[in-house]
Amino acid sequence: MSRTLTYREALREGLDEELARDPNVVLLGEEVAQYNGAYKVTEGLWKKWGDKRIVDTPISEAGFIGMGIGASMLGVRPVMELMFWSFHSVAFDQLVNNAACVRYMSGGLINCPIVMRGPANGGTNVGATHSHIPEGLFAAFPGLKVCAPATPADAKGLIKAAIRDNDPVYVMENTLLYGTTGEVPDPAEGDYVVPLGKADIKREGKDISLIAHGRSVIHALAAAETLQTEHGISAEVVDLRSIRPLDVDTILASVKKTNRVVLVDESKPFGGVSAMVATLIQEHAFDYLDAPIKRVCTIDAPAIYSPHIENEQLPNPRRIVEKVRTFF
Amino acid sequence: MSTAQLDTPRLDFASSPINRELTPERKIDLFRQMIRIRRFEQTALKFYNAGKMGGFLHLYIGQESVAVGTISLKEENDHFITAYRDHGHAIALGMGMNECMAEMYGKQTGCSKGKGGSMHFFAPDKGFWGGHGIVGGQTPLGLGLAYGLKYLNKEGCCLCYLGDGAVNQGAFHESLNLASLFNLPVVYVIENNGYSMGTSQKRSSAYRGCLAQRAEGYDMEWDVIDGSDIYEVRAKTHIAMERARKEQKPCILEIATYRYYGHSVADANAKKYRTPEEIENYKQNHDPITLFRRRLVSEGVLTEEQADAISKEAQDEAAASARFAEESPAPTAADIMTDVYWETDNNTEASKTGWHFFND
Repeated sequence: MSRTLTYREALREGLDEELARDPNVVLLGEEVAQYNGAYKVTEGLWKKWGDKRIVDTPISEAGFIGMGIGASMLGVRPVMELMFWSFHSVAFDQLVNNAACVRYMSGGLINCPIVMRGPANGGTNVGATHSHIPEGLFAAFPGLKVCAPATPADAKGLIKAAIRDNDPVYVMENTLLYGTTGEVPDPAEGDYVVPLGKADIKREGKDISLIAHGRSVIHALAAAETLQTEHGISAEVVDLRSIRPLDVDTILASVKKTNRVVLVDESKPFGGVSAMVATLIQEHAFDYLDAPIKRVCTIDAPAIYSPHIENEQLPNPRRIVEKVRTFF
Repeated sequence: MSTAQLDTPRLDFASSPINRELTPERKIDLFRQMIRIRRFEQTALKFYNAGKMGGFLHLYIGQESVAVGTISLKEENDHFITAYRDHGHAIALGMGMNECMAEMYGKQTGCSKGKGGSMHFFAPDKGFWGGHGIVGGQTPLGLGLAYGLKYLNKEGCCLCYLGDGAVNQGAFHESLNLASLFNLPVVYVIENNGYSMGTSQKRSSAYRGCLAQRAEGYDMEWDVIDGSDIYEVRAKTHIAMERARKEQKPCILEIATYRYYGHSVADANAKKYRTPEEIENYKQNHDPITLFRRRLVSEGVLTEEQADAISKEAQDEAAASARFAEESPAPTAADIMTDVYWETDNNTEASKTGWHFFND
């Protein structure tokens, strides 16, 4: 039996279950406790778990994220909320020099089981500094793991996997998905964990592969529906779910089946996730391609504020359909 | 603390409670630890100059009393973390010269298997959470170790070392605010050797007189210590550590010290931004090893002959560590890919899920 939950509720249920499972799990971040979370992901958790487990921090990203990393080295399992992933820049040193490198530099003596989570997306008319989408950036640092759930079930399953992981895991959520709903397995049926590194075929198809992650998966599914009903094109939607580790095998299997690819990626085209996936496809499945790999990314400029135009800067179903139509 | 202040007669801390309980053997051991650090580094410098090592070499020579004095106060649940000038802390915490020297040589037998180098020694089993390469970047980590202690209900504290150059980093100020706000048992030890690389403290810190006093902006205790006197280092650090352990109150200690060499061996201007007189004054009048040796001889704890023998032993140990490093095998290309992810090293089910690495 599954229930319908919002993405926000699914994340909260995952956090709550892990807080119950492991006394070393602690939630830290700006407004996560008494305010109930800037996006209400952590609503009710402070009341349930108290001051020790759910901790409000000052607006001080370098300080509190570094503190979480230090605590994780000692065996605490902190889950740090970034109110926006855009604020990663304030804590970049901690995120890439300490979390990513300490295991390596210590020759494996030190582990860093920390989770960084929060929304990373555009589309909310908040302008350039609040709309960065850095999953490709962080996936470029060996030592880090990065995932981006698109559905409530994946959000719950991935946050639980992230918390249990012995390495730093950066979970890129999406403010525009928090209110979306979906089926999530009932806890009574058992522990629901989505392993990092496993992609998911969200829709089967045979003519073209739409490969996406995060909110782009939702756009890809809408585009696939239009392509089927209006143009008779059968599109397969591959949800990466996890950026690093990356399920390259599932990507290649889909490409070998459909022979055409459009990558949908809300991060920017230069050096983003889709750039990496395109490279892997041409390297490992070139002979299966009937056409060049194409991409629908966020248009290559800082995020525009204007509510009239921002959705045009981002991948959206219309842009995906148009791109697919260039093949057929 | 300026040279003038250092030259003023100061209190005698030999009779403070924490020093009164030192047995002659412990005192000799403190002397031995300091001299071991110096001989280790002098040996490292010799072989660095001979081209045996890569990267940087930030020498601790002149500052030995800080690491040895503070670390001599270590109790079971205490933790230590520092920046890139980390050899002194490593050896004072009981890391072997062999593993340290081999790390600088980039050998498999190094403490980090040759993956860290001079700036990144680690021994978590000894409470040493490493040398870290970004100025001030270790200060929130030290806070996290203190947070971890408190979370895990362990009575202990974290000593987090930084240089005078790091006090102007934002991460340090964020750490102070969090430490005080959350009542975390962390003691920040500013090893003030007067220079952040080639820029004197007078040209890098707007508030020049005292760096530790910045604690007041964070409702935190602070103290200033003459690092040339290991008794003073121990006496005042002990108070700070006890306060951290028992009351979970953070603190800043500023320990006046001096480095005889440049910021690193690559510091080409090392002899230009400081006068020869200044360097000579420290060597002659403030060297912590010379002063402690003199003190122990005058206390009747040590004879000159014994001191020489200890020095010789340390020299031999350091020379042997260089031979050990020289003879140790280098890592192989396959070693590049280990210690990146826990699960790929441990070959679990999850380590087979997805690609973790993307080599061509």
